[in-house]
Amino acid sequence: MQALREFFNSFLLVELLKGMKLTGRHLFSGRFTIEYPEEKAPQSPRFRGLHALRRYPNGEERCIACKLCEAVCPALAITIESEEREDGTRRTTRYDIDLFKCIYCGFCEESCPVDSIVETRIYEYHFENRGEQIINKEQLLAIGDLYEPQLARDRAMDAPYR
Amino acid sequence: MAQLWELSLIMIQITALIIPVLLTVALMTVAERKIIGKMQLRQGPNRVGLNGWLQPIADVLKLIMKEAVLPSSASKGLFIVAPLLSIMPALAAWAVLPVAEGWVIADVNAGLLYVLAMASLGVYGVIVAGWASNSKYALLGAMRAGAQVVSYEIAMGFALVGVLMAAGSLNISAIVEAQAGPIWNWFWLPLLPLFLVYWISGVAETNRLPFDVAEGESEIVAGFHVEYSGIAFAIFFLAEYANMVLISGLAAIMFLGGWYSPVHGLPLIGPALAWVPGVIWFGLKTSFFLFCYIWFRGTFPRYRYDQIMRLGWKVLIPVTVVWLIVESVFVITGFGPWF
Repeated sequence: MQALREFFNSFLLVELLKGMKLTGRHLFSGRFTIEYPEEKAPQSPRFRGLHALRRYPNGEERCIACKLCEAVCPALAITIESEEREDGTRRTTRYDIDLFKCIYCGFCEESCPVDSIVETRIYEYHFENRGEQIINKEQLLAIGDLYEPQLARDRAMDAPYR
Repeated sequence: MAQLWELSLIMIQITALIIPVLLTVALMTVAERKIIGKMQLRQGPNRVGLNGWLQPIADVLKLIMKEAVLPSSASKGLFIVAPLLSIMPALAAWAVLPVAEGWVIADVNAGLLYVLAMASLGVYGVIVAGWASNSKYALLGAMRAGAQVVSYEIAMGFALVGVLMAAGSLNISAIVEAQAGPIWNWFWLPLLPLFLVYWISGVAETNRLPFDVAEGESEIVAGFHVEYSGIAFAIFFLAEYANMVLISGLAAIMFLGGWYSPVHGLPLIGPALAWVPGVIWFGLKTSFFLFCYIWFRGTFPRYRYDQIMRLGWKVLIPVTVVWLIVESVFVITGFGPWF
């Protein structure tokens, strides 16, 4: 009986018709594609893109050169040198991130006690000359200044879960 | 002078037939990519021209401008002739196909035989191409394609024998006229097994999925046309698609009543749709089969080679032979409105 049923199933192309039903249904189920330059995928507030250094609202840079990010960085992408300023506080004189080494794990952001180094939502950037992939403190601070409202908003959205 | 006039008239007829066929081929390539894209939840080409519909023009321009490489160890004459051997029968067979009532270039009495002969000739292009390339992949691909096409030719021929038994004529226009009437008068219903066998064999004849072992990418790169590039490759491509259009057109003529509308001869609704020209109905039926080609390609994985041979020889041919016997009983007893 089983053999007979299998014979008729294969002879009457039942399996093939089932397959055609599936593809026929998918024909009308709409596309999955995002046309990238015109459309973009939604981003999480936890998105980990290009790095930035933030400032306090009074304009003082947050980074206190504790070097926790440098220590935690699994790819050894961060290089920090620090010095004591005239007012007695410790600040960085050099804060370089090698974006070719960086694996965008976000550990630097996790480790930072003052929320200074953060990863922004920027993911469309490129370099045109050798050496440009190492971004320094000025560039990082400039990115932070540019996107501060967005960065603050994302941190506030994530705060309840930390 | 009269002969010259007749010759130019025939040339005009041929042009008027071939240009729509080639346009269908061009549209078919882009429709195939778009529909398979949709079936796989992608989009398909949508950049060139009107939402991607001008893509085939860009493709053809690219292929024309590319260099057609002639392999140094190839048999040069045959290498150049092979694409022509491939495209010629695919287009020549259209001579006897009536696209509408009376719209046929050569209304010959042995039209069905002519079509079968032309469909068989197509395989020479493949074999010659594979042999002349002097490449092991091309040769293996050509052998596979040759064996497959020859095997399925038999099942296809038997299926068409059923049609000519039902119609009582080899003339293709007469075959269509024998199906005059609404959709249940057409031959697909009494000849349903033959219709399915014809269609499966037709897909195998054109080396399309799921029967495209002739160009199995994983084993033999691209099969018989692996050494071809530029316009020579484009001609093989054109021949493959022209053959698909031909097989679809034949299916529409043999089994789906050619130029007749599905409500032809019915009271009220029949005359209401009588203004639609027959060529539209023929085009719609052909398009349905062309869509099925794409649908199969989007659905089925490739058959293994021995499975293809098994299906052709051990399933399709017995089915056709059995149904021919059943059909001859129908013909003798005068069964239904068909015989």
